Formats: sequence, structure tokens, C-alpha cells
Amino acid sequence: MLNSVYQLISPKIISIKYQDISFEDEVLVRPDYLALCHADQRYYQGKRDAKVLRKKLPMALIHEGCGTVLYDPTHTFQPGEKVIMIPNVLSTDREDEIFENYRKGSAFLSSGRDGFMREFVNLKPDRLVPYKEIEGKIAAITEFVSVGMHGVNRFSKLAHSYKERIGVWGDGSLAFVVSSILKYRFPASKICVMGKNADKLNQFSFADEIHLIDDLTDGFTVDHAFECAGGEGSAYAIDDIIRFINPQGVVALMGVSEAKVPINTRDILEKGLVFVGCSRSGREDFENAVDFMKDKKIQNRLNSIIYETEPVEKLLDIHRVFSVDMNTNFKTVFQWKI
Amino acid sequence: MVFGAILAGGTGTRMGLDKPKQFLMLGEKPIIIHTVEKFLLCQELDQIFVGVHPDWMIYTEDLLAKYIHTDKKVILVAGGKDRNETIFNIVERIEEMYGESEEHILVTHDSVRPFVTLRMLHDNIEAAKKYGACDTVVAAIDTIVVSEDGEVIKDIPNRKNMFQGQTPQSFNMSMLKKLYYELSIEEKEILTDACKICVVRGVSVKLVRGEISNIKITTVDDMKMAQAML
Repeated sequence: MLNSVYQLISPKIISIKYQDISFEDEVLVRPDYLALCHADQRYYQGKRDAKVLRKKLPMALIHEGCGTVLYDPTHTFQPGEKVIMIPNVLSTDREDEIFENYRKGSAFLSSGRDGFMREFVNLKPDRLVPYKEIEGKIAAITEFVSVGMHGVNRFSKLAHSYKERIGVWGDGSLAFVVSSILKYRFPASKICVMGKNADKLNQFSFADEIHLIDDLTDGFTVDHAFECAGGEGSAYAIDDIIRFINPQGVVALMGVSEAKVPINTRDILEKGLVFVGCSRSGREDFENAVDFMKDKKIQNRLNSIIYETEPVEKLLDIHRVFSVDMNTNFKTVFQWKI
Repeated sequence: MVFGAILAGGTGTRMGLDKPKQFLMLGEKPIIIHTVEKFLLCQELDQIFVGVHPDWMIYTEDLLAKYIHTDKKVILVAGGKDRNETIFNIVERIEEMYGESEEHILVTHDSVRPFVTLRMLHDNIEAAKKYGACDTVVAAIDTIVVSEDGEVIKDIPNRKNMFQGQTPQSFNMSMLKKLYYELSIEEKEILTDACKICVVRGVSVKLVRGEISNIKITTVDDMKMAQAML
């Protein structure tokens, strides 16, 4: 079957690769809605290290999306069924204990392998999670929500039971999703969100407390914390967390930083803190995310961080989407009609 | 209902080969198989028909059995002496199987355009439902010159108004049938393009955006180009 794959060949240059694919044991899915991630934008803008770009390009971007099953030779899905696509390529190394997203030998679509910017996507049936009753543009960000699910899941396995106050550092999309999940999973806890931008913080209407980072004073405390700032904000966020967290708290690190971050290890040792790094997610997290997103209230909440831009119908529209995303505070999603 | 009509009635004389060009290998499959696969993937098409030269029916049947393993079946129909005859052989078969209907849509396509996309098929079906007829085109890149004797230019039309026709071409089937059977024998000889039948009878044909990649593989150079694209 001939497929058109829309590959980034160098920063801001996209070219179509035609690929003859075989699909005896794979499901063919037509992407309906796709969502941009900061990682895609960094590749597109050429903001990754030159060595990384040389190694990973050309490749199709985008790893967040939902679609419709066109054909399934394995008969796991019916044509027309709506599915979320999981971008992890599985390895079975130590699969009894290690999460699929951290296993040696695992790969990720849109990081060295073609992502979802294709006419259709061929995936093994276990890389698809069916969904119903979720609007397409919201279902598009399921991968993003699953990353939050994964972070919260790991946190809940490690954290002591005193969870009166959970702090989330960051005021972007990741912080929004993580806070929403925390509010849902730990209704008795107070969810406190710390950020730099008052407008963005006001979007967190469900949070119990919102604080500008400059307003935090010595009396402020949290039992556990999530670092969702990423980038240049990581160092400041981690420093704040170490300062304000109670002893033996768990700190989930979820924001991505291109630069190395200095950490005050003396206070980590003194407080006996647990740091856990979280990135990406696995099938279980996708399933949990779909369950979570079935709730209409949650869908409405997630809708507030989604900016739907015009559909992509031709190659030039891809450039428009990346340009629009540069001026959007939250998640950019679009229909894939190319 | 919506029907796909893949036209493979040619005998490949332009390539000077022993086999019609639609049966040549592109990658690991014959060209026609790539085209059929894309049609089978389009959920909006209820049934796919392939019009084949009578001499190549058995060969095509063997190829389909070898490469296509879907539950959806492809029906072969013997082609006619020209493109429109092949289309109307398919129309007849559709009506034998599904009866006549004002609602039937027919998506016709060259078997030697394997780079057709799902988007083009979708846009064709939508346009045929809405407008009755549509043609897939790309804006002309080269300047088009008109010459009636092949010796001197008679006119150079504004390039902005020039498009190159591709396929699919899609129609409301009963409308196309009515127009075709109204043509005289002489008109049928001249009007070998189904969209042209609509145009000369004053029926608007909606333009659907094609792609430059949707090439028609008719010469050895086209074949080289298609192989290079993969």
C-alpha cells in the first residue's frame, strides 16, 4: 500500500516521502485530529542539538493523535472504530518490572522514527486504545493526558500517605493536566499551583490555591510536589520545591529541560526527599487517560487548554500550524485532512 | 451507494511492452494493485469495480487473488473499446447488482495513477454528491500554448485559468448515464472524457484539488519517476 509521509527533512522544511508498506499484522488508521507538543516544535524550529537533528531527521513529526480504523487484518477492531494511537514501539526487555516507556530497546514515533503526520498510520493492535464519547479535538491530546497519568501513577506508588497539600510548579498545559488528574485522584488533598503568569494561573479554576512564585513566603508548605515547568524554569521550580516541601516528600520531575539543572542536594538529603523522573507513558496510562476523559466535566476542563486551528489539507498548512502554535499559550490541535 | 470504477482497459501500447503498464511492478506490487488497495482503504466506497481489457481478465483475477486479502471483494468487468465504454460496462454491472438509483455516485479513476490519496477520494465523493460531477486537477505549472496545426501558436491563454486534469473524476451515476445515452455515435467518438460530456451538455463540473504526485504512469520516463518517488 502506498502511503504519503510528511517528513521534516531539516528545520522548517517538510517533504513528502512515498512509502510502500506491508501490513499483514498491523491496523491501518487514518488520523482524524493531531496535537502539537513542545518536542515537535523544537525539532521544527531546529532548537535541538545539531547532532540530534542530524541523527533523527528526516522524520514525520507528531506523536499525539486520534484516528479512525480503516482496515484491520487482525480483526481486533472494526473499520470505522475510533482509536487513540500509542507512539511507543515496544521492547520486552525486563517487561515484568520496567515500564514500557523506559525499557531499553523501546522506540518512540516522532523521535527517530516517523510520527503521525502520514496519510495513514500502520500500528500493531496493542498500540491502539479504542474510545467513544470523547470529542475528536479533545481525544487528540490523550497522549499528553496519559503522560500526566503516568506521573501521578508513579507518584501514588511512592508517596507516603500524608497528602494534605500537593504542589504543582508550572502554569502551562502539563501543569494543567497534572493538576486536573491530581484533583480527580486525590479529592481530599489541596492542590496548589505555582506559576509565573497570573493570566495562565487563572485558568486553573479547579485548583484549591494558585500562587505567583514570587509571592511564596517561608510559611508555605506542600507534602509532595510536581515539577511541570521545564525549560529555563526547571532550576527555579526545583529550588522552590526543595525549599517548601515537607520531609520525605516525593518530587515528580516532569518538565523537560535542554540544559543541565543544578540541584541543592544538601537539602534533599536533609529532608530525605524522593525524586522520580517521569516521561512519556504506556498503554495502561492511555487506558486510564481515556477513562478519565470520559467524564464530560473533565472534557470541558481540557477544552479550555485546547486551541483548534484550521484543518491541515495541504503541505503548506503544516507550516501554518507550527507558526500558530508559537503564539498559543496551550495545546494546538487540528484536523488532519491532507 | 458509492462505487469505485478503476479503469484498466489499456493494452500498454505507448510503452512498447509485452504487458499493459498497469501490470508493471512498482516497488513490490503491480501498479494496479497499489491503486486497488487505496480504493479498498476508502471507507466511503461501498464496492470497487475494475474495468479490464477482456484479454487480461484472468491475469488480473490472479493478481487480485495473490495480493488482495480483504473481506471486501473487487469485481472485474470487461472493458470496452474506449474509456467511456469501459465506464458504462461498469455502470451496467452496478445496475444489475444494485439496481438504478438517483443517489448512486461513481468514482472513476485511472489504474495507472497509484499515488491517489484518501483525501482526493473523499473530496471527490463529497463534490459529486453536492455538484453532480467533479474533476481532479492541479494548477498548470507550464505556460499552455494553443496551436491548431501543431506548427504555429494560435493563442496563449492566461496560465491562472489553466489546470491539468487528473483523475479521479466522479459523477452522479444516473445523470452521467442520461447524458451519455443522449450522445450520437459521432459525439461518442469525440467525447472520450466523461467530464467533457458534462461540460458540452452544460453541466457544471466542480474542481477538486489533486496533487502533482498523482502522476499517470504512461511512459518509461513516468515509470522511472514513480520508482524514484518510492
